[in-house]
Amino acid sequence: MEEKRRREKIPRQKMPEQDPKERIRNFLEVPLGYPPDVAKLEAERCLQCKKPPCIEGCPVEVDIPGFIKLIREGDFLSAAKKIKEKNALPAICGRVCPQEVQCESKCVLGKKDEPVAIGRLERFAADWERERGEVSIPEIKEKTGKKVAVVGSGPAGLTVAADLTVLGHDVTIFEALHKPGGVLVYGIPEFRLPKSIVEAEIKYLQALGVKIEVNSVIGKIRSVDELLNEYDAVFLGLGAGLPLFLNIPGENLCGIYSANEYLTRSNLMKAYLFPEYDTPISKGKRVAVIGAGNVAMDAARTAIRLGAEEVHIVYRRGKDEMPARKEEILHAEEEGIIFDLLTNPVRFIGDERGWVKEIECIRMELGEPDASGRRRPIPVKGSEFRMPFDLVIVALGTAANPLLTQTTPGLVLNERGYIVADPETGKTKKEKVWAGGDIVTGAATVILAMGAGRKAARSIDEYLRTGKW
Amino acid sequence: MFRIVSKKTLAQGTVIHMKIEAPQIARKARPGQFIILRVDEKGERIPLTMASTDPEDGTIDIIFQVVGKTTALLSTKDVGEYILDVVGPLGRPTHVENVGNVACVGGGTGIAVLYPIAKAYKDAGNRIISIIGARNKDLLILEKEMREISDEFYITTDDGSYGEKGFVTDVLRRVLDEKKDLKLVIGIGPVPMMKYLSFLTKEHGVKTIVSLNSIMVDGTGMCGACRVTVGGKTKFTCVDGPEFDGHEVDFSELEKRLSAYVNEERLAMERFKCTCEK
Repeated sequence: MEEKRRREKIPRQKMPEQDPKERIRNFLEVPLGYPPDVAKLEAERCLQCKKPPCIEGCPVEVDIPGFIKLIREGDFLSAAKKIKEKNALPAICGRVCPQEVQCESKCVLGKKDEPVAIGRLERFAADWERERGEVSIPEIKEKTGKKVAVVGSGPAGLTVAADLTVLGHDVTIFEALHKPGGVLVYGIPEFRLPKSIVEAEIKYLQALGVKIEVNSVIGKIRSVDELLNEYDAVFLGLGAGLPLFLNIPGENLCGIYSANEYLTRSNLMKAYLFPEYDTPISKGKRVAVIGAGNVAMDAARTAIRLGAEEVHIVYRRGKDEMPARKEEILHAEEEGIIFDLLTNPVRFIGDERGWVKEIECIRMELGEPDASGRRRPIPVKGSEFRMPFDLVIVALGTAANPLLTQTTPGLVLNERGYIVADPETGKTKKEKVWAGGDIVTGAATVILAMGAGRKAARSIDEYLRTGKW
Repeated sequence: MFRIVSKKTLAQGTVIHMKIEAPQIARKARPGQFIILRVDEKGERIPLTMASTDPEDGTIDIIFQVVGKTTALLSTKDVGEYILDVVGPLGRPTHVENVGNVACVGGGTGIAVLYPIAKAYKDAGNRIISIIGARNKDLLILEKEMREISDEFYITTDDGSYGEKGFVTDVLRRVLDEKKDLKLVIGIGPVPMMKYLSFLTKEHGVKTIVSLNSIMVDGTGMCGACRVTVGGKTKFTCVDGPEFDGHEVDFSELEKRLSAYVNEERLAMERFKCTCEK
């Protein structure tokens, strides 16, 4: 009992972070990770439940109490190995998973107190292993001689590839861009997910035996049917990949970016290092980001680091309705981002050179809840006003990119253009073709895409072994 | 990595013709489609239309003018050297059918984009009236190739050093007046040329196709850098184009969007010149 009481007295350990005043001048990672003694202390808090509810909250079913116990015992390398039994990308997930609505939301401690910081511990174990260069390769099953093509190298595709390779299949990933990683490299900024970590985790997959062909736009250079001539199964993990715009006047003025373009320039093309790197990016003095999801926070925090004097989040609903993670909103607030809530753009106004100079907005008020359960924003008549901005980033989310789906007969799409796939197996309506991630669910999270990849890999393996569709 | 198998300098050393080993793209590409390339690890991604392809040799041909840092850097690469990334074929292929009399109008390096399209129209049985032009004689490219596929052939130069003095649109105006059975005009070149050409053909009620060279990043419809207003609607040049109905394109907007990075381009070019001189 005394032991239990001692554990209960340990508070949830904070992770050290870069000071906001410092970090808005660099692109280095904001949270600095647990030191070993702090990780062990945090691990002490875990109750080691007999029926751990946290595992139910994990889309890839990591043995959470198992790896936490190993951290507590100081065997950090074994902890990393334990996580990797279920999750090939732990350093990434430890950073970008929304643990507060998954594993940590189920933690028993969370009922009275704060839950165990599972994400931070996962990150700690993965970083410990990588930084020491003692990355272990799991045992690979005997080669089956079966070939699988994976389209897209984002979280879903990487998970499918890792799982099927370990099961003995021969996997090739096709990536449209020149670097593998999908949203992990083009979308999520360096200060939230260092690209060296993504590279290390992809190198790990290559060490397992996964082959990656970059610069390969499937649907253009090869069709899915052509892949099926050569491969026994095809997994489609394309991502959503079509930026949404407001469709209001003036949206094609210079200085108005989609978040996809802005972040791709900065992250994938390293435009934040221009002119050392060749890709330019408009920096802006007064920047408006339209939308309040995680991508909007990423864009706003990138803009402040690129030297903007003032960065605003312009959002049509209220603070409680913002879809971004609390942690991301908090980071943005700490960095001086200004939130213009209940404010909706109605048109963009340009100067004589065709550059944006102002946004005309209208005030909104909240009415009854809509289909999403959030209170519907209603324009306040006659409340139009203008705000000066010289750079605008539209971060309203994405829709389904039709480039591949339109060139693949037999694939069934829903009314919004997403691929119809069985949620349990990832099977599409086209034989030998599976799909998962944002191209099935619409824009979601890294870990949900990985969860879909995990399920599809299981189903693909079963098909390859039995031949039964 | 994509090997450069041949390199020729056209037009006063500012226009380069390269043959690149890219067997998969060569097999798939059709007239009107383009590639995006990145010269090296710090390079930007730029779109370039393929002037021709050879599926048997597994090569594609690109023709580009040295206008900025990336094209200047690319022009320093020699036969046997490699381009880091080449992705394609991108964009919709040209819609080709037999319609009768077709005017193919090309200005500057736009002629390189025009050539495979004009050839495809010729192969489909059309009668080709070609009008190609450049600022002066030395800058005119693909004269021989264009002449070979043309039933009528006109050359213009701004300074009168070769062919007729004036613009390609001056000749086109004459052709439009004379030939009542002109069914289609394909115009590819600098934006002001395509803008004026489309204005002329609209007056005459002749269907017109232009090919746009918008700024792009991914080339798969993911970023929207290449958006262009066509018929009052926003289109993406990379996946909806690069060819559009010339009568519907908002050329003024396109011109402004193409100049979005002039300052950065100048800075990059100056830095590049410095490193070259060292």
